[in-house]
Amino acid sequence: MPAVSKGDGMRGLAVFISDIRNCKSKEAEIKRINKELANIRSKFKGDKALDGYSKKKYVCKLLFIFLLGHDIDFGHMEAVNLLSSNKYTEKQIGYLFISVLVNSNSELIRLINNAIKNDLSSRNPTFMCLALHCIANVGSREMAEAFASEIPRILVAGDTMDSVKQSAALCLLRLYKTSPDLVLMGEWTSRVVHLLNDQHMGVVTAAISLITCLSQKNPDEFKTCVSLAVSRLSRIVSSASTDLQDYTYYFVPAPWLSCKLLRLLQCYPPPEDGAVKGRLVECLETILNKAQEPPKSKKVQHSNAKNAILFEAISLIIHYDSEPNLLVRACNQLGQFLQHRETNLRYLALESMCTLASSEFSHEAVKTHIETVINALKTERDVSVRQRAADLLYAMCDRSNAKQIVAEMLSYLETADYSIREEMVLKVAILAEKYAVDYSWYVDTILNLIRIAGDYVSEEVWYRVIQIVINRDDVQGYAAKTVFEALQAPACHENMVKVGGYILGEFGNLIAGDPRSSPLVQFNLLHSKFHLCSVPTRALLLSAYIKFINLFPETKATIQEVLRCDSQIRNSDVELQQRAVEYLKLSSIASTDVLATVLEEMPPFPERESSILAKLKKKKGPGAVSVTELEDSKREGGELNGGGDRGPDTSAMSASNASTPSPSADLLGIRSSAPAGTAPASAGNLLVDVFSEAGPAAPSAAVNDDGFLRFVCKNNGVLFENQLLQIGIKSEYRQNLGRMYLFYGNKTSVQFASFTTSVSCPGELQSQLNVQTKQVEPLVEGGAQIQQVLNIECLTDFSDAPLLNIKFRYGGALQNLTLKLPVTINKFFQPTEMSSHDFFQRWKQLSQPQQEAQKIFKANHSMDTEVLKAKLLGLGTALLDNVDPNPENYVCAGVIQTKGQQVGCLLRLEPNAQAQMYRLTLRCSKDSVSRRLCELLAEQF
Amino acid sequence: MMRFLLLFSRQGKLRLQKWFTPIPEREKKKIIREMTTMVLARQPRSCNFLHWKDLKIIYKRYASLYFCLAIENHENELLALEVIHRYVELLDKYFGNVCELDIIFNFEKAYFILDEFLLGGEIQETSKQIVNRCIESSDMLQETMEEYMSKPAF
Repeated sequence: MPAVSKGDGMRGLAVFISDIRNCKSKEAEIKRINKELANIRSKFKGDKALDGYSKKKYVCKLLFIFLLGHDIDFGHMEAVNLLSSNKYTEKQIGYLFISVLVNSNSELIRLINNAIKNDLSSRNPTFMCLALHCIANVGSREMAEAFASEIPRILVAGDTMDSVKQSAALCLLRLYKTSPDLVLMGEWTSRVVHLLNDQHMGVVTAAISLITCLSQKNPDEFKTCVSLAVSRLSRIVSSASTDLQDYTYYFVPAPWLSCKLLRLLQCYPPPEDGAVKGRLVECLETILNKAQEPPKSKKVQHSNAKNAILFEAISLIIHYDSEPNLLVRACNQLGQFLQHRETNLRYLALESMCTLASSEFSHEAVKTHIETVINALKTERDVSVRQRAADLLYAMCDRSNAKQIVAEMLSYLETADYSIREEMVLKVAILAEKYAVDYSWYVDTILNLIRIAGDYVSEEVWYRVIQIVINRDDVQGYAAKTVFEALQAPACHENMVKVGGYILGEFGNLIAGDPRSSPLVQFNLLHSKFHLCSVPTRALLLSAYIKFINLFPETKATIQEVLRCDSQIRNSDVELQQRAVEYLKLSSIASTDVLATVLEEMPPFPERESSILAKLKKKKGPGAVSVTELEDSKREGGELNGGGDRGPDTSAMSASNASTPSPSADLLGIRSSAPAGTAPASAGNLLVDVFSEAGPAAPSAAVNDDGFLRFVCKNNGVLFENQLLQIGIKSEYRQNLGRMYLFYGNKTSVQFASFTTSVSCPGELQSQLNVQTKQVEPLVEGGAQIQQVLNIECLTDFSDAPLLNIKFRYGGALQNLTLKLPVTINKFFQPTEMSSHDFFQRWKQLSQPQQEAQKIFKANHSMDTEVLKAKLLGLGTALLDNVDPNPENYVCAGVIQTKGQQVGCLLRLEPNAQAQMYRLTLRCSKDSVSRRLCELLAEQF
Repeated sequence: MMRFLLLFSRQGKLRLQKWFTPIPEREKKKIIREMTTMVLARQPRSCNFLHWKDLKIIYKRYASLYFCLAIENHENELLALEVIHRYVELLDKYFGNVCELDIIFNFEKAYFILDEFLLGGEIQETSKQIVNRCIESSDMLQETMEEYMSKPAF
């Protein structure tokens, strides 16, 4: 029994905790916990009313068990009871349990809210704080509904204690974040803003979080906070380190409040009022000056707090981006930190400098630190610091230093940590392209990339180099020569083979004059890699070969022989076999002219944003994006980046290309429609796909309801499938609620871009069915499957079906698909068992003509009893035996649960096996339901 | 704002978890696993900051315990370190030379102290004196010793 228990220590709890700690194994622990759970359960269930103390102790034990990671399914009620205890510690434990364990949709929420309401109006500040903490901790919509109007009052009331004000401010912030629509500040706005002037620093510290959040959302209404914030900041900055008593933290006056004030100011542009602005600039200068003063303490807490303010001030300076003097000073300060002995400071300096690099005023100043940053990249022990250094090099790169930075990054790549290699590769590829003065340097760089880090070179990168080579005829010869040389290496990366195959297939003729790289030598070189490559690469090589036949008729015989050999023409891979067969045929029957047209050089690609950049943006958080965007906007003045300086002839070519499919894709059209796999025939498509955002937009497809009726009697299966996409469904329903999982499978090997789905309820369905879902990720990788969950609530009975619209880009073209979602009224059935007597009594009760719906129809499917039974069970009703006097007939009963009402339904299905006909009769307490069920079911049998 | 605070031992045993936004239990367990493996794998004397998804993870080791705080992207890392430190100071002041066992056996107190210091993922009160006064006065509100002794023991 340890003597660590403090305060009102609950002995039983301490004993239990030490028991658990003494358990030698997980099993023993579980056993001990189960024993305890049984004990607590019996105590709670026992006849003897438990006193408050015992209740508190047991609730606390339950909490401990839950926090150990075990499920707790009782005790909530006892915890709620504790809330209304007038003993503080019991109430406190009650609230703690509720905060940790009660989720927002708990049925107990009304009881909890009641207890909270009592405590809020108790005028006892400790109770009020407990209640406010609980609201802030749970922060559910129900609580917002109950208290959002009450809390602002508490916050600004003159007689509210400071501690309560603090809790109220943050509680309100929490509710505002969950339910902004319910928190109406209107009349309170100015009084809340004036909390910035409150005498109590704690109140200001709490209130400013609220004010900052509100200012971000409604900057105009809260504008007045700027001048108040500046004067408060100015008072803190100029105060001596002892003035603020306990709000001075290790000799730094009010670091938390200072940072919050600086952060609040970042919601606004620089103050327009000259005096306010002057005062603020003074503050910022003082903060920068203080950084140069000797530290008042050697403790790391002192320097952390001081530098926290400094970094926040620098953020504000960067945000304003209008004071060259301050920007340069900030940059110099960060420069000092780059060599600081504290790793944390070096890390933050690198990170902060990234944003400074994008300001025109400080870009040059940042560049002066290039050597230090390169050194950091090479020598930092911590990979996350190296990562920041790489980011900064990327951000400070421009035409003047691109060659140096790219070279450094390349050499770092050789030893770089695996975790950052892919990103480094993307960055190098982007910089090389963006700042390429001569494209031979670009080609060299990318080929080096593939050589050094081939595994991390994503498709985007090698597609891009091919695109650029194809679009720029000044570099084609050089590219052909370089890849030819690179392929000489005894072991080269498969990506190199891909690039090599593609480029030699297009431009091999440009180096064929040299006997050392004669057509046959080129071919033999490529073919020597063939057998080591994967299927997609081999497919690409086969296309390179057929292109060779066109470029160099003298290789025809050799290549035909290769194509003809069994390992090609009888290859077990369908794609390879088909290519071999078709290419062989093409080369033997087509005339030279036809061959030349079919195998013409690839037309230039339409220019668009580099997909590599897009990929990098996706990889990095929003922070990094803003950096690259800034750079993008900076470079408008005509970087050498394809787009700007494309000649008229190429644009004409790409225009004609847009209207007709690319020649090779057309003829090699192995599969006429999209699923292109990895073929070079489709490599054309792939490239177009990867680089294009705007393809020809497919007209909105008509609603597809093929799958719809198949799901009336079942919940899981494949709803839709075409060559590109498969959509699977799993669904479950309970009462009037349902959950549907949609699985979107990309059947191709190519990524779907801009993948969006939306669910809509047309017409009056909107008021009948509530369907909610979250947006899915916009990219679906080739072969990948993503999942989407729909939450469905049936408000009242309905006849229409919700529509699912899917849009994505594949092969440059927008795919647009609308499907009927199989949410049908019968999904909300609860089966009802009843006797024959009851059934017919109810049947008679539902005798009004409009309550009945009947249909006689021909059997479309097997009339086998078991099949029929399975379908009727799948319908969701209870299948009643021994009810109908005729044993051949089927009768079912169920209740449809909607939010508003329950609809009783009876069903009778009378098969006539001889005539292969059915008669279906439905009687429901609501006539629209009878009709709808009848329509749905008539298609099922 | 802060998103969550985790305390775990060098062996990866979770000692305290505080979530400032609602997260499903399963997700919590996943995050806890990820955080413990990620932080425990760090070399000594590395920097105290990590990027994780769209959050920043700030961690620091005090004796046998790791404190791991997740903050949103625009928040201040250094200040977050001091949030951790201030919490440690508050625990220390309350328990007197706080150790891991104090937090295990008085976990509810650790939560109460945290609630006085941070609320809804934001700083509520930075003054050590005020927070401590608050906690001590709530301790005063508990039952008298006599009441306590007359309780059944187990």
